[in-house]
Amino acid sequence: MAKMKAKKLTGRKRDERIAAYFFVAPAVILLIAFLVVPMIYTVYFSGFKYQIMRPDAMKFIGIENYIELFQDKNFWQALKNTVYFTVIVVPVQCALALGLALLVSKKFRGVAVFRTMYFSPQLTSMVVISVLWSVLYNANPNTGLFNSILTSLGLDPISFLNDEHTAMNSIIFMSAWQGAGYQMMIFLAGLQGIPRDQYEAASVDGATKFKQFLYITLPGLKGTIKYVIMITMIQAMKLFTQPYIMTQGGPKNSTKTLVYYIYSEGFQRGNFGYACSIAAVFFVIVVCMSMAMKKITTSTD
Amino acid sequence: MTKSMQFSAKFGKFMFYFGNIIIGIIFVSPLIWMISASLKPEAEIFANMDSLTTFLPVQASLNNYAEVFSRLNLPQVFKNTLLYIALILIFDLLVNSMCGYALAKFEFRGKGAILNLVVALMVLPMEAIMLPLYIEMSQLGWVNTLAALVVPFIAKCFSIYMFRQFFYDIPDDLIEAAAIDGCSPAGTFFKIVVPISKTVYATVFILDFVAHWNDFMWPFLVMTGEDKRTIQLAVQSFFGTNPVHYSAIMAALVVSAIPMIIMFIFMQKYYVEGIASSGIKG
Repeated sequence: MAKMKAKKLTGRKRDERIAAYFFVAPAVILLIAFLVVPMIYTVYFSGFKYQIMRPDAMKFIGIENYIELFQDKNFWQALKNTVYFTVIVVPVQCALALGLALLVSKKFRGVAVFRTMYFSPQLTSMVVISVLWSVLYNANPNTGLFNSILTSLGLDPISFLNDEHTAMNSIIFMSAWQGAGYQMMIFLAGLQGIPRDQYEAASVDGATKFKQFLYITLPGLKGTIKYVIMITMIQAMKLFTQPYIMTQGGPKNSTKTLVYYIYSEGFQRGNFGYACSIAAVFFVIVVCMSMAMKKITTSTD
Repeated sequence: MTKSMQFSAKFGKFMFYFGNIIIGIIFVSPLIWMISASLKPEAEIFANMDSLTTFLPVQASLNNYAEVFSRLNLPQVFKNTLLYIALILIFDLLVNSMCGYALAKFEFRGKGAILNLVVALMVLPMEAIMLPLYIEMSQLGWVNTLAALVVPFIAKCFSIYMFRQFFYDIPDDLIEAAAIDGCSPAGTFFKIVVPISKTVYATVFILDFVAHWNDFMWPFLVMTGEDKRTIQLAVQSFFGTNPVHYSAIMAALVVSAIPMIIMFIFMQKYYVEGIASSGIKG
């Protein structure tokens, strides 16, 4: 009997192993074919002079694309714009999301309505939001909602998207408005994980709401905050849709981002090899950023 | 409690609601303006901008929607979009859940390596590989076909990971019991595990539905034919097509948002849980 059972078990182990390969094969093959292989090719093509219109004239040039890249003013501008967007939008959006979450974390009459209101920009796509806000941001007070509000308050109109000093900030403001509801939901789940009796004990001890926030809420949300910062940061580095629709990278390249630059060099101008070198650098930056974040966050645990 | 304390508690409550209402209005007003403008004649959307009627369609009509329907081939656009999403989701749920299950419950050589690969590839941004991926599509002859939209994005590391985390928590006893009853490993998965895992399927479904509904960049690169456009491409191109009627543009934006809103109403619980759980598990 015991022998039979053992035999059955080893038979099952074998069945399981065979099944396992059938189960993982489709996903792994697809991941390799459409993620790993293109990744390798990004690096490979970045070593070539490769014009998309003349694939026959492809020529190996070593690291020349990278040398050109590091002397390319437009690349540095795109990198600067991307980093600026990320450095501003991440804290703004995360703080906004946390603030909203705190407003609607407790149960009260109408809480679901307010939660839905804060989340509502998420119900439309970034394309929709970008088109809508292009109209709202119109520099003319007669056709732009924001400027008509400003002028009716007696303030000067702002050129928003038409001025290189305000265009990126306008995109930042809109992106934070659109994205905050999503992170709010993550924070709400995090807030539920903090035991209520900690607050009760603190208020018995006479701790103010602000102190409770500082010494209970923030430490309790540590893991959630790290995660939210991480996903917001990676998302921010990939900025493309908003400047593509709202400003086409202008005015004066002030909203041209790295991904935009990859797109315009590769797909609009056909400099495929060169665009691949931008993509490779972009990839290294994103990976380094997420590794650095992971390192910082695990070392403070 | 003294009278003044009662008053201050009431006042605090009032301020709390007041603050929520003001912030809530700030959050929804652009969307209200969008809906309101979509119902107004073109000449009126920029009139009275300094009064609150800018947010109210006084003489509402559906003319702008009629214009959108006549200028955009909406049935085609919706067909393209829904077919793309339906296909990708069917394969997404099947392929990724199978992989996630194997990584959670099966013992086999290479398991650790595959799990590491999945986690590592999670940070790989699609934007970094889109150039060679485009070449791959054109060599396969897939540009302007559904295959270019669907096939490269079926396998998703994040979905595999979510499935794995969920299946990992299913008790081994249950799976052993099925095996002793003579169920094969695959049979156990499809007949026992899948039916009790509706939550994770619903969550991955709604998260990926939203992601693909909103997807812009990749469809924009590979679907250049006018009759191949997805909804986001149609909206984006409508914005730049003459004659530029802002009221009609707003109507197009509203139309494109309606399916998402319907989806949200029905799947709200899973959507919100999916967003939230990604934070707890991630």
